[in-house]
Amino acid sequence: MTKNLTNAQLINLSPQQRAWMRFKNNRRGYYSLWIFIILFVISLFAEFISNDKPLIIQFEQQYFYPLFNDYPETSFGGDFATMTDYNDPYIKDKITGNGNWAIYPLNNYSYDSINYFAEIPNPARPSEQNFLGTDDRGRDVLARLIYGFRLSVIFALVLTAIGVIIGIIIGSIQGYFVGKVDLVTQRLIEIWSSMPELYLLIIFASIFKPSIGLLVILLSLFGWMGLSDYVRAEFLRGRNLDYVLAARSMGVSNVAIMFKHLLPNSMVPVLTFLPFRISGAILALTSLDYLGLGVPPSTPSLGELLSQGKDNIDAWWLSMTTFSVLVGTLVLLIFIGEALREAFDTRRG
Amino acid sequence: MNNKTRIAETKTPEKMILDVKDLSVSFKTLAGDINVIRDINFSVDSGETMALVGESGSGKSVTAMSILRLHDEEKMNYSSGSIYFQGNNLLGSDESAIKNVRGSEISMIFQEPMTSLNPTFTVGSQIMEPMIVHKGMSRTAAKKRAIELMELTGIPQPHYRFDAFPHLLSGGQRQRMMIAMALACEPKLLIADEPTTALDVTVQLQILLLLEKLKKDFSMAVLMISHDLNLVKRFADQVCVMQEGNIVEQANVAALFNNPQHPYTIKLLDSEPQRVIPEGETDSLQDKKELLSGHNLKCYFSSSKGFFKRTTNTVKAVDHVDLFLREGETLGIVGESGSGKSTLGRCLLKLEKCTGDIYFDEKQIDQLKHTALRPLRKEFQVVFQDPYSSLSPRMTIEQIVGEGLQIHFPQLNKEQRRDKIKNVLIEVGLEDNILWRYPHEFSGGQRQRIAIARVVILEPKLILLDEPTSALDVSVQKQVLVLLRELQERHKISYLFITHDLKVIEAVSHRIMVMKDGKIIESGETSQVFNKPKEKYTKNLLTASLFKNEPDEKLIA
Repeated sequence: MTKNLTNAQLINLSPQQRAWMRFKNNRRGYYSLWIFIILFVISLFAEFISNDKPLIIQFEQQYFYPLFNDYPETSFGGDFATMTDYNDPYIKDKITGNGNWAIYPLNNYSYDSINYFAEIPNPARPSEQNFLGTDDRGRDVLARLIYGFRLSVIFALVLTAIGVIIGIIIGSIQGYFVGKVDLVTQRLIEIWSSMPELYLLIIFASIFKPSIGLLVILLSLFGWMGLSDYVRAEFLRGRNLDYVLAARSMGVSNVAIMFKHLLPNSMVPVLTFLPFRISGAILALTSLDYLGLGVPPSTPSLGELLSQGKDNIDAWWLSMTTFSVLVGTLVLLIFIGEALREAFDTRRG
Repeated sequence: MNNKTRIAETKTPEKMILDVKDLSVSFKTLAGDINVIRDINFSVDSGETMALVGESGSGKSVTAMSILRLHDEEKMNYSSGSIYFQGNNLLGSDESAIKNVRGSEISMIFQEPMTSLNPTFTVGSQIMEPMIVHKGMSRTAAKKRAIELMELTGIPQPHYRFDAFPHLLSGGQRQRMMIAMALACEPKLLIADEPTTALDVTVQLQILLLLEKLKKDFSMAVLMISHDLNLVKRFADQVCVMQEGNIVEQANVAALFNNPQHPYTIKLLDSEPQRVIPEGETDSLQDKKELLSGHNLKCYFSSSKGFFKRTTNTVKAVDHVDLFLREGETLGIVGESGSGKSTLGRCLLKLEKCTGDIYFDEKQIDQLKHTALRPLRKEFQVVFQDPYSSLSPRMTIEQIVGEGLQIHFPQLNKEQRRDKIKNVLIEVGLEDNILWRYPHEFSGGQRQRIAIARVVILEPKLILLDEPTSALDVSVQKQVLVLLRELQERHKISYLFITHDLKVIEAVSHRIMVMKDGKIIESGETSQVFNKPKEKYTKNLLTASLFKNEPDEKLIA
């Protein structure tokens, strides 16, 4: 479709539109972006795809929505007043037989639901009940992969966003004000970056109760440093350009020059590094979980699955599936990153 | 066609060394091929200087690069035509054959001497390289020849300079080194792509005279690319005028300049800046009050070394300068690169730190703090040299032009602001429907108009024009000068006009000051300085830059 544009049309495109055209021109990166977006959006609705509760139940002329409400077993003719276990064959019989019906999700397990009714010991190999088998506590691997992927990506996005914001602010202050401000900040960064990150994490993991929030805070403290260097360099280059001098001569304030004039022109390295930063963050979370320093045990996590794979070396479905999900995600992100880098390379027309 | 007959009279096939036939070249882009050279024909005889003249984007450099096939083949497409050099078609031959021609039979010098020498090797070794590669000379023989060549190109103390690294040499010396390198294998054809555009006028003249002498000594042909018609008139034998990838006119120099045929050539010849200030206006300004004055201005840059910050080297960019500027007057500040003229301008507008007293509109401003100065900034504005870097590429025209309004006219609402922006755009000769477009959609001249609109909208009393026309093509340059004059008459603005171009300064200024090494060498009314320069430096400057004008015996004497 790009071929149909005339020269005049090409010239009239804004720089952003041209960059988008170059991005689309890299088919691999373009499709990777779509695949990644689709997978991520699907994973956002993981509760509707992989859950131990039916989406909707019609039981004795009444509709039930177990996803949104909790119903005791007695509502479906069970014996106990506890929460219904919809995978219990007895309950399943009740709500699907006798003119009643229920729509179950594609995969009948949530990330923490244990298959109490498995016929083989855990970890169980893939079967009709658990498409990708179960882990050593009887939890469905497919469900944990879906939720784990979602958690990893959201975690990575949050971590990247925080890192980018801090990196931009510090980098732009350094690059714009230069001199003493730059000198002192740069030294502080050097000191800060030589702190042993992993040991700090281990220490904090033993002091505080591990949680996703704590991990985000700890990793953010260190995650911005690489980026601030690039923003600083862009600002150093940009602050001497005539349009900045023109703005200064017009009496525009420092903050306005930084954010209206310099920042939009310094975003190229930030955007180019985004996919690589996201993949880095996913890896960081995975490796911390693998070491047992990451999220609390019940949370679905790819790293924890990998470490189970290591402990149960015979259970290939644990390690192989997690490995594929991880590699797939990282490869997609790297392809997107490559295409972005090309998109911002103006020499490519 | 008429062109061909005019050229045929002087050409003989035996002497023809380069013959370009029906050459078409296109760039490969995402949107398909863009044709940049369209079926051009020309030929160069040995011993003659052929000039390719045209404005930027006319395809002159692309043509020259095509001869040596220096383009990235993945991005360029030689769609048709042939380039015969001594009977061989260069476009048809393979890469190794071309390599043998490059640097030995045909060599090239580039516009920018600052970047065309490799900073990590000594200049001597760079001159020796082509001799060792192409002629198989021994290192000692090559070194002897290199020193001879350096002497030939007028480098003082060539033995000593042989081991110098490029950063130790001035721009003019580097260009001499480039020429020495180009001549190393005694080429039959020398391609000079704007060889003097990056150099100061006095150096430019020396280099061109050197090239002319060497052309005779080596009896080589020169293909010179230039946008400067006066230079071409003085140094070329044949001229091809290029416009948008076509050669629109081809003739020998005398015929072209005396009797131009094509309307584009006529337009180019007519675009020489003309004096826009009426006679007598300079005198009538005498009793106007002073708007800006500076007394004993100094701006030193010092580099310090060691723990105790001893000052080791001080550059006196502005050194004891006094000046004043009246209301409605244009003061031209002229000087070569490094003379401190831009720094002086920036000092006066408090964009650079300096010492000395500055009065603006009867207020002393040199002691004012940043915030106290901000409201005053409305009154003095700047237009920069390069319209490509002075407009932020990610802001729309409305944002660019309207930015100052938000600061200095906060009482205006959005509608009033937009009306004002539209008015000023029309005033500077643009359409008012471009508000939401981005700078890259405009040509250099249009961008400079936008930059002018951005400052004029604030209704300033003083505008600092820092080489406002240097980055523009000649025909556009004249339009911008006329526009600036119109605005001055209408709004009674004072201009501080900084440039290295004497023709431009002559066209627009009431008074001029000549700067060298941070000092004012000479100042006075324009006509007085141009006709009766007192200082030797001024005289040299005038000779060097106006060599193209009718040779004036008085000036050279």
